Amino acid sequence: MISSDPSKVTAICFDRINIPNMHILDVAKKYGAYAFLPTVLQEMDGPKIISEVKTSGLRGRGGAGFPTGLKWSFVPRNTNKPTYLLCNADEGEPGTFKDRDLLRLDPHLLIEGMIMAGFALNVRDAYIYIRGEFLHEANVINAAIAEAYAAGLLGERILGTNYSLDLTVHRGAGAYICGEETALIESLEGRAGRPRFKPPFPAVEGFYQSPTVVNNVESLTTIPAILEHGGNWHSQIGVPNSTGMKIFSVSGHVNKPGNYEVPMGMPLHVLIEEYCGGLQHGDVPKVIIPGGSSTPWLGPEHYDVPMAYDELHKAGSMLGSGAVIIMDETADVVAITRRLSHFYAHESCGQCTPCREGTGWLERVMLRLEAGRCNAQDLVVLEEASRHMDGRTICALAAGAAAPILSLLKMFPDEVRSYLTESKVGGG
Amino acid sequence: MSTTVDTTQMSAVAFSAQQQEDIRALVTRYPQPLSALLPVLHMAQQHFGYLPMNVQQLVADTLNVTLMQVREVVTFYTMFKEQPTGTYLMEVCTNVSCMLNGAVELLDHMCNTLGIQPGETTPDGLFTLAEVECAGACGSAPVVQVNNIYHEKVTAETMDALITNIQTGAETGGVA
Repeated sequence: MISSDPSKVTAICFDRINIPNMHILDVAKKYGAYAFLPTVLQEMDGPKIISEVKTSGLRGRGGAGFPTGLKWSFVPRNTNKPTYLLCNADEGEPGTFKDRDLLRLDPHLLIEGMIMAGFALNVRDAYIYIRGEFLHEANVINAAIAEAYAAGLLGERILGTNYSLDLTVHRGAGAYICGEETALIESLEGRAGRPRFKPPFPAVEGFYQSPTVVNNVESLTTIPAILEHGGNWHSQIGVPNSTGMKIFSVSGHVNKPGNYEVPMGMPLHVLIEEYCGGLQHGDVPKVIIPGGSSTPWLGPEHYDVPMAYDELHKAGSMLGSGAVIIMDETADVVAITRRLSHFYAHESCGQCTPCREGTGWLERVMLRLEAGRCNAQDLVVLEEASRHMDGRTICALAAGAAAPILSLLKMFPDEVRSYLTESKVGGG
Repeated sequence: MSTTVDTTQMSAVAFSAQQQEDIRALVTRYPQPLSALLPVLHMAQQHFGYLPMNVQQLVADTLNVTLMQVREVVTFYTMFKEQPTGTYLMEVCTNVSCMLNGAVELLDHMCNTLGIQPGETTPDGLFTLAEVECAGACGSAPVVQVNNIYHEKVTAETMDALITNIQTGAETGGVA
């Protein structure tokens, strides 16, 4: 049970995640699933719900951190076009694996959150865009949706009210870029996932040119608790401007990697030492990637950074999706960066020249660096090329590709120099 | 690869009556039929094993879209295969979290065990090995997907056991 006292909340999205068979409707209902839904459908309306979500301070949990209530408020209310709700379950940012657990272990929480969000936004058709590799998760959520339809929780006149909603699971097919919301929309329309120019923003012109809200799984699974306990309740959890709980996906060189839902603002070392069993080697990390592979790296001097939006920004990085990748003293940072440069080159959709050409070029230079075939001038070019990719493309993939390289060059100049031709005996 | 479609190489393929009915039901879930393209391609690949040109033409005809629209999608997404793979597609994630936990060494080990390099298929057609991007299970690295079933915290020993079990038929790995 989630405590109505904000100081006593230990979990929101993961409140019942460890209870066996939670994916089955009867079990989920026994633990409170859909219990508050009739109150929402009968006693609340769109503006009231949006107001609560705004008050809650909830920021999008997929990576960008845009305030969810504000996003919802951009949807025009007097339109003759349909409004669509899309759940972004394309989880692909290296290091991120939180939505997978929400999808496969407590799918009814997501369905309930989508019914509430759909009701608030006057949505008739909603979709869950799930990455194609998550076949098991898609099967679990499809079974949960079938149970929800049979129980009158989806479809025509939900629970006898005037509200109707259809919910469809749509599998992607292996493309990181489809996690970007306009690429996701392109993909859902049956095309290659190439991000669109903004504006217009999806809230005005999205799926088939209709108003569309795209929300991450974790954001949507937070909605039922916010509506039951109130936006004010949620705003008192965490720290100012980073309210609520957050699932951190912790991986890399820690003893107990996994998903941990903790209050926003928890110092990183507490998360690592008290929840993740500490580092595999040494006392402090060599590299901290705080929010997924596209976020700038932090060094050991930031091991006590509070895990919150503003504090991580101040430290020089981002909260992103909450995917914390820890590297200890054994990490070969040049090899890691080369591997990440391959990822971005592979996943660039190819429509913007700086990204299409730049990501491939960065990978080739990183391959040469690792092989001991770069000189000092190559490093200057590597840095300049990375800087010139950022901010010159439709979406943020190019900036994500530049982040690890700029971090490597800034944090480990000596280690990088040791790979140069002149440092390698017989290199060249 | 030639960009012209050699129609003489295209033998007739068809969806079953049940599949056609499933596709009709699928199309009603979307504002426009083109949205059903990815799900129908998944269905076709599941049924035919891969997506050669005649299957892509079948999908185009079924959804009343052009072959070009289908080709653009098939070639964009990593999961859609234009060439047949082995019965067991072994996809090893070597992205950062898996790399930090021994994925590169695991991949090398699998290359040795199977006698093939990433992108290749064993001569008996049983295994295709591939290096893939982040599978979204970084907390249990390293991760290997075998025909889309996740195997987590994989070691050289557990992988050898899985390969042996597949070779002896003790493990079906989702293959009927």
